Amino acid sequence: MIGVLAIQGDVSEHYEAAKRASKEYGIDEEVRLVRRPKDMEGITRLIIPGGESTTISRIMVKNGLYDLIVDKASKNELAVMGTCAGSILMAKNILDDDRVKSLGLIDMDIRRNAFGRQKDSFEAYVEIEGIGKYHAVFIRAPLIERCHGDCRVLGKIEDRIIMVRQGRFMALVFHPELTDDLRIYREFFNL
Amino acid sequence: MPFNLELENLRYGSDLIKRGFAKMQKGGVIMDVTNAEQAGIAEDAGAVAVMALERVPADIRAAGGVARMSDPKKIQEIMEAVTIPVMAKVRIGHIAEARALESMGVDMIDESEVLTPADPFFHIDKRNFTVPFVCGARNLGEAVRRVWEGSAMIRTKGEAGTGNVVEAVRHMRLVNRGIEELKYKDDATIYKIARKYAESYEKLLLKVKEFNGVPQEIDPHEPVFGNYTINDIVEGLYKELVEIKKLQRLPVVNFAAGGIATPADAALMMQLGADGVFVGSGIFKSPNPEEMARAIVEAVHNYDDPGVVAEVSKGLKGMYGQEVSELKEHLQDRGW
Repeated sequence: MIGVLAIQGDVSEHYEAAKRASKEYGIDEEVRLVRRPKDMEGITRLIIPGGESTTISRIMVKNGLYDLIVDKASKNELAVMGTCAGSILMAKNILDDDRVKSLGLIDMDIRRNAFGRQKDSFEAYVEIEGIGKYHAVFIRAPLIERCHGDCRVLGKIEDRIIMVRQGRFMALVFHPELTDDLRIYREFFNL
Repeated sequence: MPFNLELENLRYGSDLIKRGFAKMQKGGVIMDVTNAEQAGIAEDAGAVAVMALERVPADIRAAGGVARMSDPKKIQEIMEAVTIPVMAKVRIGHIAEARALESMGVDMIDESEVLTPADPFFHIDKRNFTVPFVCGARNLGEAVRRVWEGSAMIRTKGEAGTGNVVEAVRHMRLVNRGIEELKYKDDATIYKIARKYAESYEKLLLKVKEFNGVPQEIDPHEPVFGNYTINDIVEGLYKELVEIKKLQRLPVVNFAAGGIATPADAALMMQLGADGVFVGSGIFKSPNPEEMARAIVEAVHNYDDPGVVAEVSKGLKGMYGQEVSELKEHLQDRGW
């Protein structure tokens, strides 16, 4: 079953997109909102949406979801996709910031609000490995400044890293849930 | 911007970007703060954004006089103090205040009835801006007009600075019921509703015609608001209404604001369908701002878990609340 971490952020957009993608790509898995630890029962794929990483991390540490996700992920029982704020939560290292406690799933250094403030938010066409040309939406986006160890780069804008994969974990700094293109979800289902 | 992205296909300030920003706030608490220290407290408590102000609404109400945009220096200090988004308020219709805040890189502008309106006829045409806006609404008509004008987020007006949630509840119920009502209306009736909602834009022209002693009829070709004719406006509002009927919700994020003073107030607004809450005076006018801030964040996340709402409310005292009928001025009557 696919879970969407429903603590804060654009949860319903991911929920709807995942439902459509599940049907479109024929995996026919149910999608469930994960608000509390008990909601993780039976979840094998988890989406961490965009929102405020400080808020999401604070609440998931407090309600126990943090420990549960780290545990399931380390036992290879969980594929995880983090988008925007979600990608920050997946990094081993968050640069110049101790306000967010990340899950530490991917060997990467990430910087919050790396493009600037909301006025620097933008949409652009980017190239994604396995997908090709893709319309990506960046909102107060972070940037992956370094990808090392088993981390592999899947997408860049100019020479900046915007999407990576490591085993069954995928992180992207943009918002696949805000456009109609579902191909990012297809890649997620293939993890 | 720290990087030079010299891409030809880059787009800034589109509807997608503006509405998308607002969506990232969902399920969160946006707190009013008046200095860097309070902003830090809000961020540490788990606020998704802060609203930078010189005074919280309760103090604005008490001070009287004309309430304007906050000192940009104050806003700048707050922007430098936190990593979460910073919003700030402008007077209704005050395009110059809005441009000033936009140039500073404020993340979202609240065109707010808490400040004294600058334009007695019109709200800002927010489509002309790249910065996203949030606007207050008391009912579906106000909400639809603000969305058509380009607002990326709607909030209930409530009655700011009172610590009394009743008006926020009234406005949330009015908007929600208005949306539900559309289910039972055919296209012709919805068009009539759009025509009715458009009347608000005709005030200026009708006044001028009255003063000039000419018939109060508006020519379909004459501009009414910006370059828009009355037909453009009715068509625009009609399209919004049709979409709202289909979605059975506003096409933008809808927050609760104006009088939320306790964790249970916040939980109540979430139960009524709010996407998140603004807390104005409720935090820093309470005896224990840190605890109140954390408790309201918890209550918003656990709005459907009465046990958590009870637990976080223990020992907390809210700000003094005012009976709305005893107020000299109702801020919610500002805006149209």
